[in-house]
Amino acid sequence: MATLEKGEIIANRCLAGPYWEIAVRLPQVAVAARPGQFVHVRCGAGLWPLLRRPFSLFAVDREAGEIRLVYQVKGTGTLALTKKQPGEELDVMGPLGLGFPLEPGLRKIWLVGGGVGMAPLYFLAREAAASGLTCDVFLGAVTAAGLLHQELWRGVAARLELATEDGTAGHKGVVTDLVETVLRGNRPAAIYACGPLGMSRRLAVMAAAAGVTGYASLESRMACGVGACQGCAVRLKDGSYRLVCRDGPVFRLEEVEGEPDGP
Amino acid sequence: MAPDLSVSLGPLRLKSPVMCASGTFGFGEEYTDYLDLSQLGAVVTKTITLQPREGNPPPRLAETPAGLVNSIGLANPGLEVFLREKLPFLRRRRVPVVVSIAGNTVEEYAELARALEGTAGIAAVEANISCPNVKEGGRLFGSRPATAADVTRVIRRSTSLPLLVKLPPLFPGLMEVAGAVEEAGADALAVTNTLPAMVIDVQARRPVLGAGTGGLSGPAIRPVAVYLVWQVATAVRLPLIGMGGIATASDALEFLIAGASAVAVGTATFGNPRAMVEISTGIAAYLEERGMSNLREIIGSLRPGGCS
Repeated sequence: MATLEKGEIIANRCLAGPYWEIAVRLPQVAVAARPGQFVHVRCGAGLWPLLRRPFSLFAVDREAGEIRLVYQVKGTGTLALTKKQPGEELDVMGPLGLGFPLEPGLRKIWLVGGGVGMAPLYFLAREAAASGLTCDVFLGAVTAAGLLHQELWRGVAARLELATEDGTAGHKGVVTDLVETVLRGNRPAAIYACGPLGMSRRLAVMAAAAGVTGYASLESRMACGVGACQGCAVRLKDGSYRLVCRDGPVFRLEEVEGEPDGP
Repeated sequence: MAPDLSVSLGPLRLKSPVMCASGTFGFGEEYTDYLDLSQLGAVVTKTITLQPREGNPPPRLAETPAGLVNSIGLANPGLEVFLREKLPFLRRRRVPVVVSIAGNTVEEYAELARALEGTAGIAAVEANISCPNVKEGGRLFGSRPATAADVTRVIRRSTSLPLLVKLPPLFPGLMEVAGAVEEAGADALAVTNTLPAMVIDVQARRPVLGAGTGGLSGPAIRPVAVYLVWQVATAVRLPLIGMGGIATASDALEFLIAGASAVAVGTATFGNPRAMVEISTGIAAYLEERGMSNLREIIGSLRPGGCS
C-alpha cells in the first residue's frame, strides 16, 4: 500500500555534474518498497513546479527506514529538489507502480543501465544478491563522470562492464553495443533495463533476437502518479497505450516497441 | 458548533461543497490510499463515452508556470466497463457519484443518459460539452447557445437524474450559452473547463504535446475562472460549481463569494492528494471565524468593489 509520508531529509548532495543523491527518512515507504517502484516527490514549496516528480528508488534501508534517490537535474522540479537541505521535510507519495519481478528459479540475470537509469537497478541488484542470484551489470553514460557509484556497483556485480559515449571510461560507445557483444557467447536468464527509451528499444530487439526475456523501466511526464489522470501514457509494441505510473514503470521487454525501421 | 457546509445543486444534495473535477480523480479508487472518499462532497468521474477511447498520442502533459497543459483526449474504458468494473466500487463509498459523459453526437449523450438512468448508485449526470482535446463533440457543443441547448434538452428528456452541464470558457458568449442551457433544463452549471493552450519546444520548433494543443489548468487560470463564474452568476439563477485553479480554501472562497454554490478541485490534487479535504476544513474555519453557521451566508456575498 502506498502512503503520503513526510520525512526528514538526511542528506542531499551532488555526486557529479548534474547528478545528485538525496536520502530521506520515510519508514512507511521504505518498508513497502520493491525494486523498480517509484516515489512521487513534491520538489518545491510553491506553484512552480506545480506537479510532483517521479523518481525510482536507488536504495532502501528497511531497518533504518530510509530511502535514497539518485536524480539528474533536468528542469524546474529537479533543480528545486537540489535546494532542499538536510533537516527539512520532504513530501513523498509511494511506493508506486509495478516493480521488477524476480521470478523464482532465475540464476543469473543481466542489469543494463543508461545514465541515471542505473538507479533502480542498484536496488534490484541488492535484492537479487540477497536471494542468491548472480548479477552481471552493464552501465553506460555519456562521459566517465556519469558512471555513478562504481564502488557500490563493484560490491554487487559479478561482472561489471562500463561504456561511455566519449570513451573516457570503459568501452567507447553505447552500453547496448557491449550487451550485443557479450550476448554472442553468453545468455542470461533475463535482462533488466532502465535508461533512455532508445536504449530500452534497442535492447528489446536484441533480447528478442537472442530469445532472452526481460524487463525495462520506462519514463514519461507524469501528473497524478496513481493512474487517475491518464497523462503518462506510453505506446507499446502492440499499439496500445499503457500508463507508466500504474501499468509500469516496469514493462516486459517484449512489450516495448523495438527500434523503428530505417535511419 | 461546526458550520453547516451542506449545499443543494438543484435536486442534488451534498454534505460538503468540495468535489473533484472530472478527469483528475479517475474513478475514485486511485486515491483511496490518501483520503476517505466519504469526506468529499461528490466524486465526479472521468468522462465516460459510449465506446472505450484510447486517448491522444503522448506526450499528454506539459507543465507551465503555475499551470498544467494536458491533452488526454478523454481516454476512458467506455460505458460498459465503467458500469461493470468502476461503478460498483464507488457505489459502496457513501459519496454521491456524479458521472461525467461525452458524446460525438447529441444522440450519444442521450444514449449515455438513458443507460445511467436505471442504474443504482448514481447521484447525477454531468454533461461535458467543453473538452478542448477531442475532434468531434466536446467543446463544439458548448461553444454555441443552440447546440449547448440541444444537448441539454436531449439529456433532460432521457433521464430524471439531476443534470449538471460543464461549460467551456468563452470570451465572449458564455452568458448566452449558460442562459440557453438553463432554459433547456439543466439543474446546475459547472464553470469552467481548461483553457485552450499550447506549448512549443523552441529547440525542435514543434509542439510539446503529441496532439499539438491542449487545455490549461492550475492556479494560472484561477482569476479567469473566478471572472467567468462571477459573470455567469449574474446571468442565470441555476446553482454553479466553480472550478479552475483551486488549490487552497482561500481560492475556493473566491469562487463561492463570486456566486458558486460548490467548488471542484482538479490539478491541485496531483500536488496534494488531500487538497480537497484540507480545503473543506479551511472553508469551515473561515465561516466559524466570522460567526457564520451556514455556507449559504457566503455564497454570492461579493460586496461592491473599489476603495473601502
